[in-house]
Amino acid sequence: MAFGPHLLLASLEGLVTAAVLALTALGLSLVFGVMRIVNVAHGEFFMLGAVLAWAITTAITGHPALGFLAALVIAPLLVGAVALVAERVVLRRLNYNPEATIVATIGLLYIIQQLALTFYGPEARPVEPPFNYRILLPWFGYSGYKLSVVAASALLLVATWLVLTRTKIGMVMRATQYDRETAQAFGIPVERVYAGVFALGAMLAAVAAVLIVPISQAHYLMGQDPLLLSFIVVIIGGLGSLRGTVVAALIIGLSDGIISVFFSPTLAKIIATFLVAMVLVFRPQGLFGTTAR
Amino acid sequence: MSDILTISELDCFYGEVQVLHGLNLTLAKGEVLCLLGRNGAGKTTTLKAIMGLVPVAAGSIRLGDRELTGLPAHEIPKTGIAYVPQGRRLFAEMTVAENIEIGLMTRGKGKAVREAVLDLFPVLRERLKQRSGTLSGGEQQQLAMARALCVEPQVLLLDEPTEGLMPSMIQKIRETVAQLRGRGVSTILVEQRVDAVLSVADRVAFIENGRNRETMPVEALRADPSAVRRYVGVG
Repeated sequence: MAFGPHLLLASLEGLVTAAVLALTALGLSLVFGVMRIVNVAHGEFFMLGAVLAWAITTAITGHPALGFLAALVIAPLLVGAVALVAERVVLRRLNYNPEATIVATIGLLYIIQQLALTFYGPEARPVEPPFNYRILLPWFGYSGYKLSVVAASALLLVATWLVLTRTKIGMVMRATQYDRETAQAFGIPVERVYAGVFALGAMLAAVAAVLIVPISQAHYLMGQDPLLLSFIVVIIGGLGSLRGTVVAALIIGLSDGIISVFFSPTLAKIIATFLVAMVLVFRPQGLFGTTAR
Repeated sequence: MSDILTISELDCFYGEVQVLHGLNLTLAKGEVLCLLGRNGAGKTTTLKAIMGLVPVAAGSIRLGDRELTGLPAHEIPKTGIAYVPQGRRLFAEMTVAENIEIGLMTRGKGKAVREAVLDLFPVLRERLKQRSGTLSGGEQQQLAMARALCVEPQVLLLDEPTEGLMPSMIQKIRETVAQLRGRGVSTILVEQRVDAVLSVADRVAFIENGRNRETMPVEALRADPSAVRRYVGVG
């Protein structure tokens, strides 16, 4: 394949990675930004979304799109419910202490992972995509489903942005993010906001997982890579910044796709880690991040 | 005048350190009570305790007949107490309009309150879409007060509202406090500037080591300012 089409193919693959990564990282970024909690279990919410998607699509017979659409709605809701319980039972009791919650979410990671291993098993299982359609370009054919993942992610990101910037709920979330104490002094129930943000973060990860699972398969260890890449995106983009998350996800996703194809996946990871180091040294709040009280 | 706010034997701690030691205070309806004292005396902690922002270990804070200690912090402003924190603590990344909206949401107030508040601080009307962190110091203080007044408070807590402001702005703040008193709003004002206090307060409470050492009418303080030297260290 000539260089141009090869680059286009790599860019499309990178775009799919970036789209799913942006959703996953946005969930982590919101939790990090609003609650000041490093949620090490975020990747497990992603995994749980994928595993539940497999369970739901397997349970619903008929056209694959039916099961997939059901999974797209039900899996994030169930994962959000799990996150709500975790917030109430674990994080709230620790008074959202940043250090203690790191240890607690590591514990949560292993609990969720081992429960998945026990009840779902060690196998990687495929989920059928809702449709199989190849878009025929002059140089190669490309999966229509993959492009629909990019479109769906973009829609969800825009919807999240609208909620954050145009609604009262979003305003309350931002106020809590900027100054928890003053937010309370104006009647904002910070603990309820935290619970909602933690559930929303987990749901975004679950949606991302449902979208990607027809491409990648569901496995009980699949949460590790998204967690690492999400941290990289959040650090580069800035805490709680949607714009930063999207830009950083595009940088990491596209560079991962292109560098992996033309050089090696290892080099892509080295460059991503180098970027994180540079951001931490020269702009610790991230490209679009702000400091908060 | 009947007391609207009564603080009795209040103890507060920051970790292991006791900051308030059996503090007693009363605030009458429509009164401006000023808390004076050295840095670290417990003035700001008193305001934060009223707002539920620091835990109360013992004692009582009553708004009318309602006990406030034990209420979650976010419920306290809904009882009609508004707070202008030291350093303004605006939501700096949010616009002027959004900061005002947060104030309005506290007790579900609407457009009429918003307009009344903007009439009180007309400069904010021109800056509604501006990020509040980019306002001048005086404008930020006006926004902090506007946000608090959107609560339509019975009791207003002002923590060093004139800090770092130029004289014309200090005068504006004084006028606003006097105007609010005329409307029956009770105010607790924490101040470092004794001259600012004398022109606007009805009574002054001297706080030292977390205790209310002495409360006196402002006329008595004018006649004998020795208490200022005693508790604040300046004359």
